[in-house]
Amino acid sequence: MADTTVPPPSSISGPRLGRAVRSALITAVVGAGLFSLMIGVRTEAGPAGGLVFWTRWTELGWMVAASFVAGFVREIVIQRSGEGVLEALMPAAFKRFINVVARLLGPALLAFAVLMPIIFYDQRYILDLGILALTYVMLGWGLNIVVGLAGLLDLGYVAFYAVGAYSYALFSTTFGLSFWLCLPIAGILAAFWGVLLGFPVLRLKGDYLAIVTLAFGEIIRLVIVNWQSLTGGPNGITGIPRPSFFGVPFSAGPEGFAELFGIAFSPTHRIVFLFYVILALALLTNWVTIRLRRLPIGRAWEALREDEIACRSLGINTTTTKLTAFATGAMFGGFAGAFFATRQGFISPESFSFQESALVLAIVVLGGMGSQLGVALAAVTMIGGFELFRGLDQYRMLVFGMAMVAIMVWRPRGLIGSRTPSIYLKTPTQISASLVKEGHG
Amino acid sequence: MSAAAQPAAAGALLSIKGLRTAYGKIIALKGIDLEVREGEIVALIGANGAGKSTLMMTIFGNPRAQSGRIVFDGEDITQIATHDIARRRIAQSPEGRRIFPRMSVLENLKMGTVAAPRSSDRDLERVLNLFPRLRERLTQRGGTLSGGEQQMLAIGRALMAHPRLLMLDEPSLGLAPLVARQIFEAIRELNRTDGVTVLLVEQNAFHALKLAHRGYVMVNGLITMTGSGHELLERPEIRAAYLEGGRH
Repeated sequence: MADTTVPPPSSISGPRLGRAVRSALITAVVGAGLFSLMIGVRTEAGPAGGLVFWTRWTELGWMVAASFVAGFVREIVIQRSGEGVLEALMPAAFKRFINVVARLLGPALLAFAVLMPIIFYDQRYILDLGILALTYVMLGWGLNIVVGLAGLLDLGYVAFYAVGAYSYALFSTTFGLSFWLCLPIAGILAAFWGVLLGFPVLRLKGDYLAIVTLAFGEIIRLVIVNWQSLTGGPNGITGIPRPSFFGVPFSAGPEGFAELFGIAFSPTHRIVFLFYVILALALLTNWVTIRLRRLPIGRAWEALREDEIACRSLGINTTTTKLTAFATGAMFGGFAGAFFATRQGFISPESFSFQESALVLAIVVLGGMGSQLGVALAAVTMIGGFELFRGLDQYRMLVFGMAMVAIMVWRPRGLIGSRTPSIYLKTPTQISASLVKEGHG
Repeated sequence: MSAAAQPAAAGALLSIKGLRTAYGKIIALKGIDLEVREGEIVALIGANGAGKSTLMMTIFGNPRAQSGRIVFDGEDITQIATHDIARRRIAQSPEGRRIFPRMSVLENLKMGTVAAPRSSDRDLERVLNLFPRLRERLTQRGGTLSGGEQQMLAIGRALMAHPRLLMLDEPSLGLAPLVARQIFEAIRELNRTDGVTVLLVEQNAFHALKLAHRGYVMVNGLITMTGSGHELLERPEIRAAYLEGGRH
């Protein structure tokens, strides 16, 4: 089937070429309009305090030319792309290799994650990065329940992250409760807020739902900024207790972790402990999601994503189904938030901006909605990529944007777009679902 | 299967009285009276926009009836939530099939058991025996099935709940005549061997009326004619409006 969608290279001619040129011209015109003020004219405060400006026609010319080329390339690429193109270009042996890699990838990544603190024991930077990446893996898996499984587009997921972080921070600094006691509290509170968000948006779908959840995320952030007496406002909360090894602090003293186990004190112990805590939390999220998918409630979530009206006529209570999805997703966001607070020791509203929600959502969408492995890969790639391109400064977002466009063109369903069925008959049949291509529309 | 062979149990399973439904200012149902007795196949025929699908949806509480009563097995279900109506073992194969495209055929069928938690492997076997094509496709995704297979899946999914009343909205829509005939054959089989009561909405009046014990003709939100399937088939106005131009 891929053969019909991929024309041989020589067929880019005639009407196709004309279309590409026309589309490139349109891009160039739009580019000229946009760049004429952004690049063509430059203003600055003059020596006398007035505004001086000068024109930069050459630069503008280059940008317009670049838009033309980009528009042309884009058109050609899109004409020759779509799902299955990459697959069609690969030789069969390579495809088999990919299949083997795909099957081993999950276990290999897990083994690597478990061994990471041992391999990189003395490289604190890498361990910190690993903790950060795992936090986003967990957030991605949490949001995946809401967006990937239940199909409810949530742009305010960071709100639950914030609720978790602030509830740990407040409970521990005010009442001196320990991390392991606060963790479930943070999860419950976040789930409660998830239900609270769920109620008013029960009737909303798609764009409308997205707008309301976006607003919800902002409301939570603004409440945190303005409720000075409770949250410390923009100054945040400092002195959040660091994690202890089930009550044993990671300190150099005689009561400390190192002393207890008779090993030399090292600040890395705490980092390694944090690493394993977030790894365990992330794996818990994953395990719960996998279990839930096989239960009626998980199947109801997926059915809800596919067709709400059909769900109702089959006797599924869509109200409780949506609310449980919001609550479960929010709960894991809350866990992640509590972890974030204990790891940082300091939290402020700045950490819970819309950008975080967008990042986590991008992880879920790029990873392939509903795919656990895809989301994990996307999170690691994204967080790792951010670090990798740190040297590129302002071009970092450019690379990020281009990568997103590339994925959406070539893999519109995300890195791992196929879905594994959650039930099988006891006697397996020959055809696997992944061998059969899904019809469009 | 003659028109005279009325089912023995003649109690009304579903009875609708003076049902009115509106979408905003547009009145779609203008007072419908309809009855489906236990063990019957009842066909509801009519042109596009007559309100057939609206009637089906209103029975399921979405949209809600403006006035009138829907009584199922002696209980007024007019104001009950849609999912609770489904739990009273009324199953529906909705207009446009509405199967779950990304879920496997088996998962789609399992979704049909939500309303009947005690549904067993026997129900699955029954559905797969009725539609052997589905057995071959169990692991395939719903969206990859052909139109006819999707229709079988939609009906099969509805049957998984072991319904007392099966409502089918345009099961032959968009299907090749041969496939449509298979579907109708399966409906007849279900009714005859399992005693499933069927309310069938169809544009394909000839097949529907031939299959049904009784039929209703709907025009502009009103029932204009009713009678046994064969009676209706012989009526000249029915022939003129719905049947001339080929018995496909």
